[in-house]
Amino acid sequence: MITASTGSQYAGILGIGSYRPRRAVPNSEILEQIDSSDEWIQTRSGIKERRWASEDETVLMMSVNAAKEALQDSGIDPSEIGCVIVATVTHLYQTPAIATRIAVEVGAPTAAAFDISAACAGFCYGVAMANDLVRGGSAKYVLAIGVERLSDITDRTDRGTAFIFADGAGAAIVGPTDEPGIGPVVWGSDGTQHQVISQKESWQEVHGNHNWPHLTMDGNPVFRWASFEMAKAAQKALDVAGVKAEQLDLFVPHQANMRITDAMRRTLKLPEHVKVARDIERQGNTSAASIPLAITAMREAGEAKSGDLALIIGFGAGLVYAAQVIRLP
Amino acid sequence: MASTEEIRSNLAEIVNEIAGIPVEDVQLDKSFTDDLDVDSLSMVEVVVAAEEKFDVKIPDDEVKNLKTVGDAVAFIERAQNG
Ligand SMILES: CC(C)(COP(=O)(O)OP(=O)(O)OC[C@H]1O[C@@H](n2cnc3c(N)ncnc32)[C@H](O)[C@@H]1OP(=O)(O)O)[C@@H](O)C(=O)NCCC(=O)NCCS
Repeated sequence: MITASTGSQYAGILGIGSYRPRRAVPNSEILEQIDSSDEWIQTRSGIKERRWASEDETVLMMSVNAAKEALQDSGIDPSEIGCVIVATVTHLYQTPAIATRIAVEVGAPTAAAFDISAACAGFCYGVAMANDLVRGGSAKYVLAIGVERLSDITDRTDRGTAFIFADGAGAAIVGPTDEPGIGPVVWGSDGTQHQVISQKESWQEVHGNHNWPHLTMDGNPVFRWASFEMAKAAQKALDVAGVKAEQLDLFVPHQANMRITDAMRRTLKLPEHVKVARDIERQGNTSAASIPLAITAMREAGEAKSGDLALIIGFGAGLVYAAQVIRLP
Repeated sequence: MASTEEIRSNLAEIVNEIAGIPVEDVQLDKSFTDDLDVDSLSMVEVVVAAEEKFDVKIPDDEVKNLKTVGDAVAFIERAQNG
């Protein structure tokens, strides 16, 4: 007979942290390289400025800062972290996983550690896995990070993407709780649409020449999918968690585009009192990092507080998505 | 079968909900982009809402041909009859 693992009956998010790069890049700087206007960018995306990482603000550095803030927020000793999950598409090493180095830097040097590739759904994928690891008994505490330096893979001359993507990191500590703190995940993918947001060429294809494989995106179908299909997934996440829209305090969708957020809010018919994350205005689209960045911004602004019920949903290249209801630490 | 006027008025409500345009401004001769300030992203929303409301399919390639409210109403009428 093999002994099966046993975990905690319930898990929840015990701490959240983020790292925002120092340098704010206004639309005027983007306009130096694309034919567009401040007005177009603002009306089509809601973005006024974004943060781009400087040289020293590496994927490692931003992650470690966000993770330390989350650890402090949770009050958990880093040595108790049993697993580190890092969601990113911009750690530009195929191997080893950046999670292993982050584990060392935050003080959990022997924790299980790996990276996941789930694009803008990465944070929600990480939280879903962390929840199951804690409940399944594979780790007592899990550090889940979403981090991107999208400025590294963005074509600054591409009108369809140059103004959208940005950099940053966010982290959550997931651990055992007395009450359910993370609702069932509603997730999935649609690989038939893999080409609508993707790296342009494979490493194989650019091997031997000096082309850099940037991101490409066909924005219009992405907008349609995100605004409507994702509103349905978000509704399902509420339903399976047994939470009514009236009970929600916050709606924190991936900060892809303000127009997607507005369309989802309309489709979901969220009551007026539900506060909606709008961090994209100052931060741009930071993919896997955008949800924890938005939550910490709402906390700092006094819009979010401990105990609040939040509906979170990540969605992006793949097309992958994940949504769940969480209680804020 | 819905009359032209019924379709126009239902469509006007959709445009009002999505783009905040007064329903009485949404007339057959009005251009979505030039007269009603419905940009390409709002148009995507209008199309999806119209597909649901009128139980029709409006293919992506077709959307760029729907320049005026009249174009959209005519397309929906044809699709419903077809
Ligand atoms: C990128 C996005 C803002 C583009 O908006 P869009 O309305 O789909 O843009 P289109 O490509 O259909 O172009 C519409 C018009 O704007 C123009 N345009 C496109 N990019 C432009 C730019 N950067 N500046 C000014 N005008 C631009 C086009 O030329 C076109 O003009 P025309 O109608 O006169 O021909 C939008 O599709 C989007 O945000 N999609 C979702 C993307 C997203 O969030 N991705 C992340 C998911 S993780």
